[in-house]
Amino acid sequence: MTTEFYRWTENSWKSPDIDWRKGQTVTCGIDVGSVSSQAVILVDDKIYAFCNTRTGSNSPDSANKALSISLKDTGMKPEDIQFIVGTGYGRVNIPMAKKAITEIACHARGANYMGGPTVKTILDMGGQDLKGIHCDEKGKVTQFLMNDKCAAGTGRGMEVMAELLQVPIVDVGKMSLDVKDEPEPVSSTCVIFAKSEAIGLLRSGWTKNMVLAAYCSAMAHRVVGLLERIGVEKEFVITGGIAKNIGVVSRIEKELGLKVKPLSPDPQIAGGLGAAIFARDLLLKSRKAA
Amino acid sequence: MITAGIDVGAKTIKAVIVKDNKIVARSINPTGFEPVETAEKTLEEAVKQAGISRKDIKKIFTTGAGRKSIPFADNNITEVTADAKGTNYLLPSVRTIVDIGAEEARGISSDASGKVLDFSKNDKCAAGAGAFVESMSRALELTVPLMIEISHKSTKEAPINATCAVFAESEVVSLIHTKIEKADIAHAVHDAIASRVCSMVRRIPIEKDVALIGGVANNTAIVEAMKKHLGVEIKVPEKPEYVSALGAALLAAA
Repeated sequence: MTTEFYRWTENSWKSPDIDWRKGQTVTCGIDVGSVSSQAVILVDDKIYAFCNTRTGSNSPDSANKALSISLKDTGMKPEDIQFIVGTGYGRVNIPMAKKAITEIACHARGANYMGGPTVKTILDMGGQDLKGIHCDEKGKVTQFLMNDKCAAGTGRGMEVMAELLQVPIVDVGKMSLDVKDEPEPVSSTCVIFAKSEAIGLLRSGWTKNMVLAAYCSAMAHRVVGLLERIGVEKEFVITGGIAKNIGVVSRIEKELGLKVKPLSPDPQIAGGLGAAIFARDLLLKSRKAA
Repeated sequence: MITAGIDVGAKTIKAVIVKDNKIVARSINPTGFEPVETAEKTLEEAVKQAGISRKDIKKIFTTGAGRKSIPFADNNITEVTADAKGTNYLLPSVRTIVDIGAEEARGISSDASGKVLDFSKNDKCAAGAGAFVESMSRALELTVPLMIEISHKSTKEAPINATCAVFAESEVVSLIHTKIEKADIAHAVHDAIASRVCSMVRRIPIEKDVALIGGVANNTAIVEAMKKHLGVEIKVPEKPEYVSALGAALLAAA
C-alpha cells in the first residue's frame, strides 16, 4: 500500500465521568467541512463525546460516519439525541439535523466555550476556507472576513505540500521548525506555484525541512495579511486543523507579535461544539415554549 | 540585420531569429531548473536552424518572467511590450491581445503601430493560466491534447467552481466518481478558465480585432470558450507560443 502522507490522525474521545442518561439535555452538533467532519455531543452543558474524521464523497454519509463514531461504546443511539444542529460546508445536507447554522457563528460559539469569555478574535483555518472572526464575551459574532476560494493558507494546501514532500502531515510543523536559519517564504498566493517553487528548491539542494519552513512561513504570512484587514484583538485563538500545526502557529505568533491561546480539548471541534451549544439553546427554548 | 528574441517563460523558453524583418528560425525547450543554460541551448538551436553563426546576431533582447536572468542578452523588455509588437507584426488589424501563458495571463490594448495603450494582468493564481489546464488533465488522467479533443464532444454542462486549481482538482475527482462524462468535465474546465481570463481582460477596453496568443492559444477548446465569453471572433496567429519572443526580436532590430 502506498503511504498517504496527507492523512492526518482521526480522533475520538468520550467522557469517563458523565452518565448521559442522567442529563437534562442531550444535544449534538455535526460539522461537515470540505476536508474533515466532526460530531460533538453535549450532555447538559458538558462535552460528553466527540470525534474528528475525514469527509467522504457526500455530506449525508460523512455526517452519519461522524455521528456513529462519536456514539461508539456509549450505549447512546441517534434517537436519544434531543436536538441536532448541522454546520459547515455540507450543513444543508445533513439529514438528521433539525437546523443548519453557519460555521462562522458556530466557530465563534465553540471557541468561546473552549477559550472562555476573554476570546475576542478567532482565526478559523479550515480545509478550504480561511476566516477571521471577531466575537463578544458571549461568543456572538460581531464581524468576520473570509478568504477568496484559494487553497493558499488552507488545510488542503498543506495536504498538497505534505504529499509532494512525502512527509506525514502531522510531522510538518515540527520538521519546519528544525532548521538552522529561517528561509525566505515561497509564493504565498498560489499553492500550484508554491509547489513548482518547492520542487526547484529541492533540486537546488534545500532539505525538506527548509522547504517546509518556507511553506509554513508563506502560509503564516498569507493568514496574517487576512487578519490585519479585520484587526486582531486579544485574546486570540485558532480553530480548525491547522491549529495543530506548530510550524504555522508559531510563525503566525511571531509575525503578529502575539501569543495564541491554546484550545482544549481540540481546536478542530470548535464548529461542531458551537453547533451542539446552539442545539442546546434551541432545545431549551422549545421546552420553555411548550 | 539579424536579431534574436528570447522569451524566458515559467514553463518554456522560446527563441526567434529575425533577419531583415523576416522570421528565419524558431526554437523551444522546457525551462527546467537552469534557465540560463536552457536559453543558451534554445538560441543555439535557432542559430543552427537559420544557417547562420552566433556572431551574425547583432542584438539579443529577452522577455518573459525570467528576462532579467540571462547574462548574454543586450537588453530586456516587458512581456506586454513584446506581445503587442509581435502580434502587430503577425496580425496588424488586432487591437486587443489576450496572452495566456503557463503561469500568467494578460489583456493588452494596442494601437495600429503595436504600441501598448493599456493592459491588465492576473494575480499569481494558476486558475487563470495554463497551469490550470495541466492540473486538470492530470486529475482527468488524460493528456492535454486528448482533453481538448473530448471537450469538443461535450453535450452537457458540468458544475465546476474552479476558482482555485487545487480545489478544482478535488471537484474533478468527485465529478468522475459521480459518473459525469469526462467530455463534460473537460468542457467545464475550459469554460472555467476562459471565464476567469475574460473577466480579467474586461478591465481594459475590448476593441476589435481580438487575438489570443501564448501557448494556451493552441488549445482550441479554450479559444471556443473565449469566443463565447467575450462575444467576439478571436484570431489566433500561427505558432502563438512564439509571439513574445518574436516581439523581442523585432524590438531588438528597431
